[in-house]
Amino acid sequence: MGAAGPGEVAAALQAVGYLPDARIAQVVFLAERLDKPVLVEGPAGVGKTELAKALAEVHGRRLIRLQCYEGLDETKALYEWNYRKQLLRLQADQGREWADLEHDIFTEEFLLSRPLLEAIRSPEPAVLLVDEVDRVEVETEALLLEVLADFQITIPELGTIAATTRPLVVLTSNNTRELSEALKRRCLFLHIGYPSVEREREILLTRVPDLPETLAEQAARLVRSVRSLPLRKPPSVSESIDWARTLLALGVAEVDEGVAIDTLHVLLKYQADIEKVAKELETAAAG
Amino acid sequence: MLNVLTGFVEELREAGIPVSMVETIDAAEALRHVDLGDRAALRASLGATLVKNARHFEAFEVAFEVYFGLRPRHADDPEAAEAARTADAALVGAAGGGGSGGELDDDSLADALFRALADQDDALLQAVVRRAVEQLAGMEPGRPVGGTYYLYRVLRRLDVDGMLDRLLAELTAERALSPLEERLLREEIELRLERFRDELRSEIRRRLVSDRGPAAVARTLRRPLVEDADLVHATRAELAEVERIVHPLARKLGTRLAQRRRQGRTGRLDVRRTIRRSLSSGGVPVDPRFRRPRPSKPELFVLADVSGSVATFARFTMQLVYAISHQFSRVRSFAFIDALDEVTDYFGAGADFEQALNRVSAEAAVVWLDGHSDYGNAFGQFSELYVEALTPRSTVLVTGDARSNYHDPNLPAFSSIAAAARSLFWLNPEASRYWDTGDSIMGAYAPYCDGVYEVRNLRQLAGFVEQVALPTHRRVRRPA
Repeated sequence: MGAAGPGEVAAALQAVGYLPDARIAQVVFLAERLDKPVLVEGPAGVGKTELAKALAEVHGRRLIRLQCYEGLDETKALYEWNYRKQLLRLQADQGREWADLEHDIFTEEFLLSRPLLEAIRSPEPAVLLVDEVDRVEVETEALLLEVLADFQITIPELGTIAATTRPLVVLTSNNTRELSEALKRRCLFLHIGYPSVEREREILLTRVPDLPETLAEQAARLVRSVRSLPLRKPPSVSESIDWARTLLALGVAEVDEGVAIDTLHVLLKYQADIEKVAKELETAAAG
Repeated sequence: MLNVLTGFVEELREAGIPVSMVETIDAAEALRHVDLGDRAALRASLGATLVKNARHFEAFEVAFEVYFGLRPRHADDPEAAEAARTADAALVGAAGGGGSGGELDDDSLADALFRALADQDDALLQAVVRRAVEQLAGMEPGRPVGGTYYLYRVLRRLDVDGMLDRLLAELTAERALSPLEERLLREEIELRLERFRDELRSEIRRRLVSDRGPAAVARTLRRPLVEDADLVHATRAELAEVERIVHPLARKLGTRLAQRRRQGRTGRLDVRRTIRRSLSSGGVPVDPRFRRPRPSKPELFVLADVSGSVATFARFTMQLVYAISHQFSRVRSFAFIDALDEVTDYFGAGADFEQALNRVSAEAAVVWLDGHSDYGNAFGQFSELYVEALTPRSTVLVTGDARSNYHDPNLPAFSSIAAAARSLFWLNPEASRYWDTGDSIMGAYAPYCDGVYEVRNLRQLAGFVEQVALPTHRRVRRPA
């Protein structure tokens, strides 16, 4: 913690294998300085989740992950009373005074921490990743607000638990729906798009060891070109990494039309997209 | 600095970007941690704190240029200033004419630009941009024109359109390229040229601002945000942008339609919550809890007018249909002009939007007589062929301008559709003040609809999606 500037943040992230551009480094630096959560938005597979993982590694912190899904509720996100244990306790203690019992069964011993509470109670500061926050309903989003703004959680039976250490919070969204204003207001906003050809080339070289530079360059250029076509699902960075691995495994020395068309299924996930790109490449070859 | 910031925030709000007080404070706080001379860092910091929506970034960038681009990038940095001077000298030297500071003619500037683009020499490119704007734009102080006028003057004088072929010829001369490589190279050169245009644009803006002040320039540069762009007259670029936003909206619409059925019904016993409850009664489950029923899937029938008068809007409606049918299985879509045909299959799983659109215009039997909208006939066909498929759970969505070319509105057919469905909504891309003028018969259909909405831009569509959730639309309907 406490990097002197965005340059240091970038270097630290690079050291653990994540290549940030200047904007990412700047926003991460600000988030650390202002103690604010970062809301990372962008198409699937551009390294939103990776960023949180890399941050955890940089700071040597534990990564606590809350994967969001439709129907997520407070018992999965915040905390839950361990009712089985409470029941056992009640049976074991039959015949005791009620007042004693009540104090007994609503203590931290019977509390099951879920990711949000976990992040707040963690003795060492942690990195909290709230993944795909756009998947929960608007109502559930409200659960996050108290945690994000004040780093505290109110449990009716126990009172308010404030953070002993402030976690670094990263939220990710694929933008399948608009997040509420209240949530956005509390976060710094970082949009990660597809990388430039140069950055993608560097990413490929970092993530695919033994990849020759010329191949990385060609792959990055071709991927950029494919992304400029109107596709249902343009290739993400993770897919272009997979593609580079495939090229390496196949022992390809140079990417030409034939190789590209034969391996398109690694890059694209919809048949309609594959056909469209193959057609484009063929017309390029014919023309 | 604070004054600049508040002016900037004011401008963002004027441009339609919602910026709250808290966010302004955050931005001010962020400024304390930023090297103010570093424009990229400043831009990233203000962007992260003030703009919380990716599609507002374009407007943000323009405003940022205007408010913070005034000082040339090398103003505080002697090293950068020196580099700029060297680049300029090199530019003059390369052109082989005039002394330092002298004017360069068009051709040598164009040559210098060519070299800068071919060698990807950034410093030289910057020098060319400064020179070109200074000499070629012919900017007159005080003249209230936008930057576009000056931009085109520079582009024409430098023959930027011809530059692509020249560059391609130069770069492919050394060795034969495979067609694929040539294609990639061409695209990359186009990107470089686009960058040059961007640089020109910001240089021109910078000069405009120093002439007329940021507030005035920002006002002339203000464009409507994507959500306010008129769908009927949208440009291609705007439509592409719109298409990206439609998906989340379609999803929301579906969820809204489903949500209405959620209240008041109970489902299976929820064992966990029941036992949890029973703790307060000593383990006796006196207060059983039930799971909420799963929201049922909405059934949606979309009837879209795809005639020429609403062609752009029809494209947008089809985009909406496409988005909805990817998220919900029970959507049936129909297109009509003066006849109606089902187009659901074209938008099925794995379909490509452009392809689907082509199939609608090529294969669907939407023209019967003359290819002018005839709502009456379309509704007649629908009520004849498909009304059986409507259930008390289905929602019908009609999109079109209700301009039926003086044909019979066929109200009995329309009312039978309305009676069979749970609810019927009409989205009209025309401004409501033009309804019922000329051949528009919106007023005739309106009484049978649960709601008629003017949807000329995305904001209005979002408004409609919100409205659909309101319980006032749950009403019992009897056949007329």
